Amino acid sequence: MSRYKMHLLVCGGTGCRSSESDLIVENLKKVLQEKGLDGDAQVVQTGCFGFCEQGPIVKVLPDNTFYTSVKPSDAEGIIAEHVLKGRKVERLLYKDPKQQTVVSDSKHMEFYQKQIRIALRNCGFIDPENIDEYIARDGYAALAKVLEEMTPEAAIDLLKKSGLRGRGGGGFPTGLKWELAHKNKAGQKYVVCNADEGDPGAFMDRSILEGDPHSVIEAMAICGYCIGATKGMVYIRAEYPLAIQRLKIALNQARDYGLLGNSILGSKHSFDIELRYGAGAFVCGEETALIHSMEGQRGEPTVKPPFPAESGYLGKPTNVNNVETFANIPAIYLRGAEWFLSIGTAKSKGTKVFALAGKINNVGLIEVPMGITLREVIYEIGGGIKDGKKFKAVQTGGPSGGCLTEKDLDTPIDFDNLLAVGSMMGSGGMIVMDENDCMVSVAKFYLDFTVEESCGKCAPCRVGNKRLYELLNKITNGKGTEEDLEQLRNMSVVIKDTALCGLGQTSPNPVLSTMENFADEYAAHIHDQHCPSGQCKALRQYFILSEKCVGCTACSKVCPSEAISGEKRQAHLIDQIKCIRCGACMEKCKFSAIIIPSTKI
Amino acid sequence: MEELQSCQIDKIKEICRSFNNAEGELINVLHKTQETFGYLPESVQRLIAAELNISAAQVYGVVSFYTFFTMKPKGKFPISICLGTACYVRGAEDVVDEFKKALDIKVGEVTPDGKFSLDCLRCVGACGLAPVVLIGDKVHGRLEANQVKELLAQYE
Repeated sequence: MSRYKMHLLVCGGTGCRSSESDLIVENLKKVLQEKGLDGDAQVVQTGCFGFCEQGPIVKVLPDNTFYTSVKPSDAEGIIAEHVLKGRKVERLLYKDPKQQTVVSDSKHMEFYQKQIRIALRNCGFIDPENIDEYIARDGYAALAKVLEEMTPEAAIDLLKKSGLRGRGGGGFPTGLKWELAHKNKAGQKYVVCNADEGDPGAFMDRSILEGDPHSVIEAMAICGYCIGATKGMVYIRAEYPLAIQRLKIALNQARDYGLLGNSILGSKHSFDIELRYGAGAFVCGEETALIHSMEGQRGEPTVKPPFPAESGYLGKPTNVNNVETFANIPAIYLRGAEWFLSIGTAKSKGTKVFALAGKINNVGLIEVPMGITLREVIYEIGGGIKDGKKFKAVQTGGPSGGCLTEKDLDTPIDFDNLLAVGSMMGSGGMIVMDENDCMVSVAKFYLDFTVEESCGKCAPCRVGNKRLYELLNKITNGKGTEEDLEQLRNMSVVIKDTALCGLGQTSPNPVLSTMENFADEYAAHIHDQHCPSGQCKALRQYFILSEKCVGCTACSKVCPSEAISGEKRQAHLIDQIKCIRCGACMEKCKFSAIIIPSTKI
Repeated sequence: MEELQSCQIDKIKEICRSFNNAEGELINVLHKTQETFGYLPESVQRLIAAELNISAAQVYGVVSFYTFFTMKPKGKFPISICLGTACYVRGAEDVVDEFKKALDIKVGEVTPDGKFSLDCLRCVGACGLAPVVLIGDKVHGRLEANQVKELLAQYE
């Protein structure tokens, strides 16, 4: 990279590409060429920077200038000003919303300050389609070190010592998993990377594969050496075309360099990786279901034991790890177990990547040390709640997790603490909700997801979740009773205890946690037939503010049920019995005189 | 049942052969076939079953299990609305309602002229742009319900 004076890094993640970042790359290259500067500055399309809210992102090295919300038409300006004259393009710099000051350097942005990047170390730094850039950042050095200096036993030992736990959701110690597969003496074994990211609102695995595919390939090769497998497979969602494309390029490059294939780096170890495609089934994130899907069958889970380490793909010992887990591994071998142990809490070491989304200012992908509090993540990194609204809840762990409230904000985030407060780490989705979100509806949303994604094999999940959904639907329509609440609670416990796999065992969590933390909201739906946040359409009430109403009659003309009465130029009134809650009047009113009150009229 | 043309039969057989007619490659065969034909009707499933020497029920079991596979043809411009949690809390439901109203079809249906089809999906991972709608391969982000008609007009 030394022959260029300057590098223009353009985010090529799915989010930024959706906002035409590939056109930015094209334009930058074109303008550089026109001005004869293509020998001075290089345009690099990288993986995700994480700051998706302000995308597309262009970062200029060596001065770390961070341009946000860049449009293809800005290419000319960036080159004419920054590259040619060394002046930063002020209008594209990030503006700190709290201080109202311009921040030009990404190191000084609050979004990045508390982050520690291990799994995402190369995302946004290197061109994922160029293996040389990965190697320049110590890529494949861990593989070389393990192959040359360590026995499989010693390598597994180091991983056990590091305390790394599976990042896919379960948090099972990775070293222990490898040891189980290693101890099995079968001839053929398999290494599988679980890239079937199905948790709605989580996109870290995809970003890692798009931004740094070689880190996963390297870790899988190390795993193959440790457990004694020569074949690896990545099970990836067919809905991730860009990640698939970059992974394919990376695999070919690794083969060309002799980092995959027969006798890697002159050692006795041979290893290669092929791709397997998922087809849109959330349950396939569960490892036994995933293995069935790889065999060409319906992705239904089976009872464990036997664990995949004993009998997995085609009945052979199989080690399944998640993308983010793998991405951590090369760094651990290079920097040692002690280093990894120094980050995190007593029982959860290292970092965790979260996809921060919902009603928050800085939506994006973040990597934080275990032990950071939810408050730091939401208010410092996340920049607080959007539009100055009030924080209500944060949902972690996706459809298997729970909703946490204000009282939990100072809990240090790790596997065990989140479980203790009624949620879970999960794969790392973190959705922030504000005062306008109805928590009964949120629980219903997750159950709707589970009902659709249940594979149907076991009755508790197939029938039970459907019943939970129906009860929640009844409540959001204002027809719920006190007995329904009792039944919700009882049935949730039964489903958790009796379902076959992780999907059913955790699917009632959103219901239980919202019932626990938002009992008053459930009560309002049931006793007052009222939705405090005004989200449940069937319970909505519309009300005309007499002081704002000018009597233009627009609302009464549009009302399909003739529920609005009033003289011209006089304040109007809505008959709550006649009102069918269609909302047409509110849409029509030009004076913001029609509101949905937060308490029942 | 729709009859297959001989060139279609040859193409499907070729796809099966490229995966060695192996039972374990069923999902890959289905992916490739859907990529070529756009959807997987009953006649196609029966042919694949015969080629891989498995029962048609087994093929149907797999096709109906995975949401990515479809037995109905999509519209010329397939619309997929993201209903991931991030999009949901930023108003994706209202966007779905607006599309239903504007196209006068339900989710999972195709307009009578075959132009648009409407589906929901779970998270495309562009949560920074929520709510997100895909039309074909093009991602439309930060879409408000009142922009739906304008967006559809671009595809007229």
